[in-house]
Amino acid sequence: MTENVIDIHSLGRTFGKKQALQDVTFSVPKGSVFGLVGENGAGKTTLLKHVLGLLKASSGSISVFGQDPVQEPATVLGKIGYLSEDRDLPTWMRIDQLMHYRSAFYPNWDHEYANELVAMFDLDVKQRIRSLSRGQLARVGLLLAIAHRPELLLLDEPSSGLDPVVRRDILAAIIRTVADEGRTVLFSSHLLDEVQRVSDRVAMLHGGRLLLCDRLEAVLSQHSRWTIRLPEKAQTAPDIPGSVSCRGEGNEWSVVCNGQHEQFQRWLSEHNGEVIEQATPSLDEIFVARVGG
Amino acid sequence: MQIRISQDDGTPIYQQVVSQVKLLVSSGRLDQGEQLPAVRKLAEQLLINPNTVARAYRELESAGVVVSRRGSGVFVSDAGSPLSRREKNRILNDRIDALLAESVQLDFDLENVVTLVRQRGSRFRKGEKK
Repeated sequence: MTENVIDIHSLGRTFGKKQALQDVTFSVPKGSVFGLVGENGAGKTTLLKHVLGLLKASSGSISVFGQDPVQEPATVLGKIGYLSEDRDLPTWMRIDQLMHYRSAFYPNWDHEYANELVAMFDLDVKQRIRSLSRGQLARVGLLLAIAHRPELLLLDEPSSGLDPVVRRDILAAIIRTVADEGRTVLFSSHLLDEVQRVSDRVAMLHGGRLLLCDRLEAVLSQHSRWTIRLPEKAQTAPDIPGSVSCRGEGNEWSVVCNGQHEQFQRWLSEHNGEVIEQATPSLDEIFVARVGG
Repeated sequence: MQIRISQDDGTPIYQQVVSQVKLLVSSGRLDQGEQLPAVRKLAEQLLINPNTVARAYRELESAGVVVSRRGSGVFVSDAGSPLSRREKNRILNDRIDALLAESVQLDFDLENVVTLVRQRGSRFRKGEKK
């Protein structure tokens, strides 16, 4: 049996009248790289803040390392490394001051590793946070998140708006973290090719609800993409049973199915359509099919 | 060891690693007895999940392409040509299927395709003699 680092059960959260999260249930097994995807405003950041204990569940429960992060912030946060989406770092501090300050919070802070990261990321520790470029800021945030070798690394949109070189650093940090025996990564991202590259598991949030959550391999193999040709031209996409999306125009349509291809194929033969191509869709295509509606 | 991961098609990443290592071995770019990079190192190089690399190495081991020696790493096996006839056929058949599918769409019959392949083949050989 696999041990879970995070257990979320029927989690709900409202902000005033807005339902930010609704009936979200899933677990993050120890040692996994877990990718959280969803459009802007789908609830990803809100969910991560619950894991950190920064927000209290309106309904349902969440446990991290078997504890309630709101009740036990010190023990839970001590084991977590967190990179926030807006990298809210004190602008007036120098990098070395900030590292010194942060190290005081974490008994496990590894000074040698932190210095290695400074060299690897080519940072000048005398620079002030305010003078850093976006890429350097992300690297500093990443350094601060991983220098205490956390058991759980939480990254909120770590790659957004960054150049490919910095994105490589971030992906490499994720891989290094999980390659260290037993460590776990939960990250949210819009860059689905990156999620597909490094994750073992993915969860898709849509409007505060969990649309799917499974091993990446299962998600990819359950979905299929078909390019079909219909005998008659149509203006609007035909409503095909068993499909989750259908895009195109005229005679040719691109259909994504989730599991139920028999139903789809029956419809196709009834309508004298032919299959031009069948392929495994990428996570990006699945996301657009499921969320883009 | 140079491997490229492509996400344009739906081929699972571990399978891409497996087939590229097999090709590197069969073409002699990886020698018998040569050590493969550690799981973690290859994962960082390719920016893919370490479990994916571990799975690819396991497949390669059960296919007899590599042997893993406890504590020292993964090495190309010296059991002769690791690519069986069947495996070689499979690699080419995949390409042929794609070619045939395209030929049908472009309205070429099989004879045309075979003629074209022959023509390209003789050009290819001439090019190599240069």
